[in-house]
Amino acid sequence: MLSIRNLHASVEDKAILKGLDLEVKAGEVHAIMGPNGSGKSTLGNVLAGRESYEVTEGEVLLDGKDLLDLAPEDRAREGVFLAFQYPVEIPGVSNINFLKTALNEIREYKGLPPMEARDFLNRVKEKQKLVEFDAKLANRSLNEGFSGGEKKRNEIFQLAMLDPKLAILDETDSGLDIDALRIVARGVNQLRSKDNAFIVITHYQRLLEYIVPDFVHVLYNGRIVRSGTKELALELEEKGYDWIKETVDAEGAV
Amino acid sequence: MSTKDDELLRELALEEYKYGFTTDIEMDIAPKGLTEDTVRLISAKKNEPEWLLEWRLKALRHFFKMEMPAWQNFEHPEVDFQDISYYAAPKAKPKLNSLDEVDPELLSTFEKLGIPLDEQKVLAGVVAVDAVFDSVSVKTTFREKLKEQGVIFCSFGEAVQEHPELVKQYLGTVVPQTDNIYAALNSAVFSDGSFVYIPKGVRCPMELSTYFRINAENTGQFERTLIIADEGAYVSYLEGCTAPMRDENQLHAAVVELVALKDAEIKYSTVQNWYPGDKDGKGGIYNFVTKRGLCKGDNSKISWTQVETGSAITWKYPGVILKGDHSVGEFYSVALTRNRQLADTGTKMVHLGKNTRSKIVSKGISAGVSHNSYRGLVKIGPGAENARNFTQCDSLLIGDRCGAHTFPYIESRNKTATLEHEATTSKIGEDQLFYLTQRGIDPEKAVGLIVNGYAKEVLNQLPMEFAVEAQKLLAISLEGSVG
Repeated sequence: MLSIRNLHASVEDKAILKGLDLEVKAGEVHAIMGPNGSGKSTLGNVLAGRESYEVTEGEVLLDGKDLLDLAPEDRAREGVFLAFQYPVEIPGVSNINFLKTALNEIREYKGLPPMEARDFLNRVKEKQKLVEFDAKLANRSLNEGFSGGEKKRNEIFQLAMLDPKLAILDETDSGLDIDALRIVARGVNQLRSKDNAFIVITHYQRLLEYIVPDFVHVLYNGRIVRSGTKELALELEEKGYDWIKETVDAEGAV
Repeated sequence: MSTKDDELLRELALEEYKYGFTTDIEMDIAPKGLTEDTVRLISAKKNEPEWLLEWRLKALRHFFKMEMPAWQNFEHPEVDFQDISYYAAPKAKPKLNSLDEVDPELLSTFEKLGIPLDEQKVLAGVVAVDAVFDSVSVKTTFREKLKEQGVIFCSFGEAVQEHPELVKQYLGTVVPQTDNIYAALNSAVFSDGSFVYIPKGVRCPMELSTYFRINAENTGQFERTLIIADEGAYVSYLEGCTAPMRDENQLHAAVVELVALKDAEIKYSTVQNWYPGDKDGKGGIYNFVTKRGLCKGDNSKISWTQVETGSAITWKYPGVILKGDHSVGEFYSVALTRNRQLADTGTKMVHLGKNTRSKIVSKGISAGVSHNSYRGLVKIGPGAENARNFTQCDSLLIGDRCGAHTFPYIESRNKTATLEHEATTSKIGEDQLFYLTQRGIDPEKAVGLIVNGYAKEVLNQLPMEFAVEAQKLLAISLEGSVG
């Protein structure tokens, strides 16, 4: 589904990603771990097309289509969803109205008519339940006055509503207490299917106890330096990121 | 702000002004220039009584003595008052009794503007419309139906003929002739406008609406609106305005007076979309308007809501004089400027009575290289025991070449008054835009959503059908303004 080859990207002329390769197939969950400043969030932002991130080399294909050529809204319509680390507040814009607009823009891109109001509301109800999102929050202004946990849960609710091919969760676990973490993970697990894929970006192994990944990659200094299964995450947890830094630096790979 | 956004921002002006067409119709236009004879001509055309002519002439003499103020936050353009025609009317048919007698060109003009003058075509009795084309009122709908309840809704000219006692009693009592130079000018040369009287205890059964259209070249529009809500009455009134795209600036200097007697309520909403000029600031309407309401009786309430998106320069401060005890004044405003538009707008709340309350919510939105100023005065008189005011004025910037300015003035002469003021300035952030586009929403639509969300508190004050219009208008006005 997603094929990243030799990706180089910089922010304000500072190189952050330095030749990243990653293959993600439908039905898979990939975890990206790494120390602070290794480029984890940059990867999410580059894939989603944030303008301040400049791709200097490499390619990203989504089902064979050149993703880097598309505007952020078209990437979203092609099925890329980024669950933000810090979801913004947009006062006065109702969550529901926003989602309806988004859903219908995606449908229009695919040549589908706008969703009937009743179907839309049924979908809202169904997905609210699925990801345990409070109906009251759904009717409020977008993230306005939401707690950190509520914002993250709203990201998962949106994910459920928009049903993307590829979901990138950017440190969705940061700032969540254990109960909220469980709810978010349960939501994600409900949404996993053979047709979609997840990239779970996280600093800690904790989230991966709840969202069990098929593959774990360690990002360091802009490149994937280790790949493995969920055991790698446990090893990381045990030995700490310094272990990675030391071994990788000793290998002289970077 | 990145370069791509900047580029898009600069494209902002390319959005065409949808109402810029002109109507080709035979007009009766007074020669340019302003003298006592001009005033006599207008008065004669309108077959006015002697007292009104005298009133106009007195205003004209004031006008000649007055000077242009210099406190406004924009460079006041040179207006050559002798280079304007003060009266323009479609060639007269003696009297219009039914729609069949109205020039079809005129009807199609209003149809193009989406203003239904054919009562049959309007949803049963939702809105009654008075349509003003250049200097005269073309047609007022639903008059008969309103009459059953004793509601008078007609053109100002007709009110002078048919209800002279009411006009004489209230004209100039809220906005005196000497109030400011444009109010003096209007008092001398006002052409037409709307007149509303709601009798005691009547709740006006439908929204009343006046639609103003400037068409003729080199003319000014000087309408006069007078609304009186008698004891315990209620009325909701809306005005809308558009004008053709013309290269020269045109002057619009209206006066609106509202009088609310004991227990009465007037809700006045404006959606102002005069031609704003092109992207280089050529052409456009100078919208220099004086609007004021008088809460004359106890427990009366006057509420202004305005959505200002048009005009090259907007200069107006709809205010309320809170004379009656326990009276309430409100001002809700959204002013959007882009390209080279200038707006200096706000309100005046003058508390005289005891326990009077006022609320001001102003939302400025600036894009392009425009400047948007909020100017407000809250004045508490010595007798206004326990007066309260709450003011909130927010500014939203789109791009980094525009300006937002706030000039709040407070004069309190009573220690029991409570005054609260909140102000914020924000920018549509890259983060907000990216958030919405990441969900598949087109960037222009995203800006529209953000702006409408920001203005929601004000838009919510508008009657339902106009709120929808205003939302669309804001979104359209912002097309291309992604930043």
